[in-house]
Amino acid sequence: MPLKSIARPLALAGHALPWLIVIGYFFTADYYLSFGTEIMIWILFAMSLDLALGYAGILTLGHAAFFGVGAYAAGLFAIHVSPDPLLGHLAAIALAALLGLMTGAMILHTTGVTLLMLTLAIVSVISQYANQANDLTGGDNGLQGIKLAPIFGRFEFNLFGQTAYVYTAIVLFIWFLIAWRIVHSPFGRSLGGIRQNPRRMRAIGTPVWWRLLAIYTISAAMAGSAGALSADATSFVGLSVLDLLSSGIAAVMLILGGVRRIYGAFVGATIYFVVQDYTAKISPFFWEFVVGGMLMATVLFLEGGLMDLGNVARRAVERWRGGADDA
Amino acid sequence: MTAAPAISVRGLCKSFGALVVAQAIDLDLMPGARVALIGPNGAGKTTFVNLLTGFLRPDLGTIEMQGENIERLAPEDRVRRGLARTHQINTLLLENTVRENVAIAVAEREGFAWRALRFARQWRACLDEAQAQLEQMDIGAAAERPVAGLPYGQQRLLEIAIALSLKPRVLLLDEPAAGVPAHEAHVIHEALNRLPDSIAILIIEHDMDIVFRFAQEIVVLVQGRVLTRGVPAAISADPQVRAVYLGKTVV
Repeated sequence: MPLKSIARPLALAGHALPWLIVIGYFFTADYYLSFGTEIMIWILFAMSLDLALGYAGILTLGHAAFFGVGAYAAGLFAIHVSPDPLLGHLAAIALAALLGLMTGAMILHTTGVTLLMLTLAIVSVISQYANQANDLTGGDNGLQGIKLAPIFGRFEFNLFGQTAYVYTAIVLFIWFLIAWRIVHSPFGRSLGGIRQNPRRMRAIGTPVWWRLLAIYTISAAMAGSAGALSADATSFVGLSVLDLLSSGIAAVMLILGGVRRIYGAFVGATIYFVVQDYTAKISPFFWEFVVGGMLMATVLFLEGGLMDLGNVARRAVERWRGGADDA
Repeated sequence: MTAAPAISVRGLCKSFGALVVAQAIDLDLMPGARVALIGPNGAGKTTFVNLLTGFLRPDLGTIEMQGENIERLAPEDRVRRGLARTHQINTLLLENTVRENVAIAVAEREGFAWRALRFARQWRACLDEAQAQLEQMDIGAAAERPVAGLPYGQQRLLEIAIALSLKPRVLLLDEPAAGVPAHEAHVIHEALNRLPDSIAILIIEHDMDIVFRFAQEIVVLVQGRVLTRGVPAAISADPQVRAVYLGKTVV
């Protein structure tokens, strides 16, 4: 009985927790603030992947394409068009969404390994283009000379990164609300149906391809937004934003934190970075060993990622209570 | 001349290479019709359902509903014109609850399924309608359960409930009793009897007990071709039919 009566306050506290941490970190982090900004950018990137890969079941490892294009778009916009970070951010989102729409239209009629290969091919093509187009992207040297105007003409991007941190937190919060809304909507539920059984969904009249294209585009916009934040926070865009591996890292974060949990991205990205920060101090090789071990342990013992720990604990309590009742 | 057929099939042909799976099939279903399609294994029954529903494209022939040719439409577009089906093998959403499985179909029918904003009231209405549909099929008590743990017979009923929730004009039942243990078959049979009168129904079924009790007309398919058709009494007396099919299973 008491378990039920505390369930609602407990859930509310659970929802508040990540944002309390975000706020608390701002006041306590000192020189480590940009570390928090980086984590939030990766949370956003992993969350965008969760919409496409986790919820809709679109097998993709090419999300770095959208992150990278968003980053380059924000950087180039600041250099060539306007230093206003908000306008640049919107431009980056629009361009990433457009790329998602175009590439999605080309590849979303395929599934499985074919789809996976096509997403890899797209990110490779874009990455090679960025590498070759020296005049536009700076190639290997990266995009330099990004100078942003203060947000609303007031909040300047400074060395300590307070503005970048708050800006990133607000953008993350907005996308979080959007993602939350989507996954609980009839639209989101139909995506869950498509992931489980596309044939069943067609048999009830679902335009499967259109719906996948819609979520792929939204997800691309979100990843592009994360890329733009990364460009703004560091005033630099390098080829690494288009790194094939970063899609994989985002997937690792999701698996660690929990796929299809929304908060899974929060938990996964945070654990990944914090553990990396601690172990890399010991040895960079040790870090890879640790992340591999964590991944294996999660997959073997926590099907739903670390977010499942709560359920595991609840089941344990229920079993214990059940045992007590029997006695 | 009474009402127009709910669906009208003319000269439907399909081959996979040299293998002919549908050969000039004609079929009219009037509103309220109860027609059974029978035939030995490999006769092309499921192929015919897939041709009707759009999961396969015919090589030749027409399918007409409400004066519109639908044979080139995608499956989802045919559903929206009132053509629903059940599957021989369950294709339920195993991670969702029984009620959600139906509600997702209702949302799709009502065009809510694109909604990601201000959907709370509509979704509630979908759930309510789903509950009513489940109760009509006598599985209302299982509404909150995940489909994965549902007894097989009830899963078959859920397949039918989902198809009905689309408010179809034409319903294709692909072996609704397949895999249901004998002692549960009567549940399926009763459910079939309760299906709304206005819907035209084509049933494919191996259980001759169900076929002869349910159907007003029987179409016998052999090697993709209509061998014969008629009322149940005539079909069971037809020596040709007995030779290719019935003789092995009935009487």
